[in-house]
Amino acid sequence: MTKLTNLTIADALTGLSKGDFSAVELTSAHLDAMAAKRSLNAYITETPELALEQAKESDARRAAGRAGALDGIPLGIKDLFATKDVLTTAASHILDGFKPQYESTVSQKLKDAGSVMLGKLNLDEFAMGSSNTTSYHGNVVNPWKSKSDPAKQLVPGGSSGGSGAAVAARIAMGATGTDTGGSIRQPAAFCGVTGIKPTYGRCSRWGIVAFASSLDQAGPMARTVKDCALMLNVMAGHDPKDSTSAPIAVPDFAAALTGDIRGLKVGIPKEYRPDGLSDEVNKVWEQGIEWLKAAGATPVEITLPHTKYALPTYYIVAPAEASSNLARYDGVRFGLRVKGDSLDDMYKKTRAAGFGAEVRRRIMIGTYVLSAGYYDAYYTKAQKVRRLIAEDFKKAFETVDVILTPTAPSAAFGIGDNTDDPVTMWLNDVFTIPTSLAGLPGLSLPAGLSADGLPMGLQLIGRPFDEETVFKVAGVMESAAGFTATPAGVAGNETNAGSARGGV
Amino acid sequence: MSLDRTTVRNIAELARIEVRDDELDHLAGELSGILTFVEQLAEVNTDGIAPMASVADITLPMRQDVINDGGYAEAVLANAPDAVREDEGGFFTVPKVVE
Repeated sequence: MTKLTNLTIADALTGLSKGDFSAVELTSAHLDAMAAKRSLNAYITETPELALEQAKESDARRAAGRAGALDGIPLGIKDLFATKDVLTTAASHILDGFKPQYESTVSQKLKDAGSVMLGKLNLDEFAMGSSNTTSYHGNVVNPWKSKSDPAKQLVPGGSSGGSGAAVAARIAMGATGTDTGGSIRQPAAFCGVTGIKPTYGRCSRWGIVAFASSLDQAGPMARTVKDCALMLNVMAGHDPKDSTSAPIAVPDFAAALTGDIRGLKVGIPKEYRPDGLSDEVNKVWEQGIEWLKAAGATPVEITLPHTKYALPTYYIVAPAEASSNLARYDGVRFGLRVKGDSLDDMYKKTRAAGFGAEVRRRIMIGTYVLSAGYYDAYYTKAQKVRRLIAEDFKKAFETVDVILTPTAPSAAFGIGDNTDDPVTMWLNDVFTIPTSLAGLPGLSLPAGLSADGLPMGLQLIGRPFDEETVFKVAGVMESAAGFTATPAGVAGNETNAGSARGGV
Repeated sequence: MSLDRTTVRNIAELARIEVRDDELDHLAGELSGILTFVEQLAEVNTDGIAPMASVADITLPMRQDVINDGGYAEAVLANAPDAVREDEGGFFTVPKVVE
């Protein structure tokens, strides 16, 4: 029998409903696996007692015939979502000891659907980073190892690095992530899992620690396209507490996985071949185009002329919004307080001690571009270019139904690499940031392994609120890719990985 | 754009983050590098383009201007450092600001 931790969410739901195993057994298997894999540092806070209590309640609900859509499914929650009475850190020293008195809308919806929370997952501090090396609570280790240097610790990507690592290492069946410039999709690619950043406004941001409010969006990360669809079904929906959440009905995303993409037009942007693109990633992209052709879709070359300006635009808009959002951490209402001689002195000492280097850098850039005399030259200019980037996509979607690109320019790199210059690190997000600026849905799925044995992801981008087409095409690509490889230390699954993946 | 030590100190002051003197040169280098990188936007023609503040293509909802939340000072103060609890008045505390 397949180990319980190797099941997909879809298969686990079937097993639970048939009585093959209980929610308590499923949760216990995950708690044991978590304890065995603490070296990955994927969780900041484990909540085993809460998880077992929730699992017991789930079994009781199921016995009474009242099981919810994700009843009994053990999930990890990124530590950016406020969870009532459970430590919520945003991976920052400045939120030391913060126990929210309320629950974020998205995690509440997952709770209401019966899911079990295993714990709070590690991330880059305030979700600022592409390698999960800026967390106050330590680096997350990617469970995947390269063939050429198996002893080398690789990054899981970021900022949702704990989420990606936990799902890949089978210490969560699925996880929540958040994505501001690629923070779901890039770690999904580096960890060989699937993740979708839905359309801006699809999920409520209420109760999610804010980074850049015009870009932040929650989404699921899991091991299959269908599992992501099942999670997003629960996570999405209008919330009056978030004025930017869209009052739009949520379709059944899992029902979109029909497998039929005949006649669809798939855009291939010619600007997505920068100098730093690895040959292997390029090859996987070409392979992806062939898979879609074989399934009856038509690739169409498109142009997104302002692509090269997305990164500089993002690194004005996001820090500007961050500098404003993070003004609230002042040592007065929550978290860390460092004593000072005056109010200002307390603010300054608290913020100097509480923020890490990357967060401090971004707050200072944001402060500068919003300051008197520079606002128009930087911030207003970036907002104008942002519109041009969004219009590029709008125009492309007049002729195509979905866009296919690589997710990241390379596979996972070593912890400590790419840290000399912040701008080099930011290049990781060169393919994901344009989508974020335009607010469009973007999904990353594992498409193959590099010669060095590391997963590489492809990204599908859709029209606003057309996650269904994205899911449909992703389902077809997933079947064609047949990605069944598992990272080091995921044992007991080698022979039946295929059946454990779940079909579309 | 190349930032000098005085400008970096001023930014840190605006951001209310204490920065040691021996960090100023390093920070000036990093921040200047980032600004040089973003300044490539200057080459984009944005004449007649309206700034985009949000992609949400919806009119922000209005509501009645009435109190619709509150009444739980204890929860609000639960995470505050050195707070005065509700039964003793219920206050955030800060260093003395009036002499």
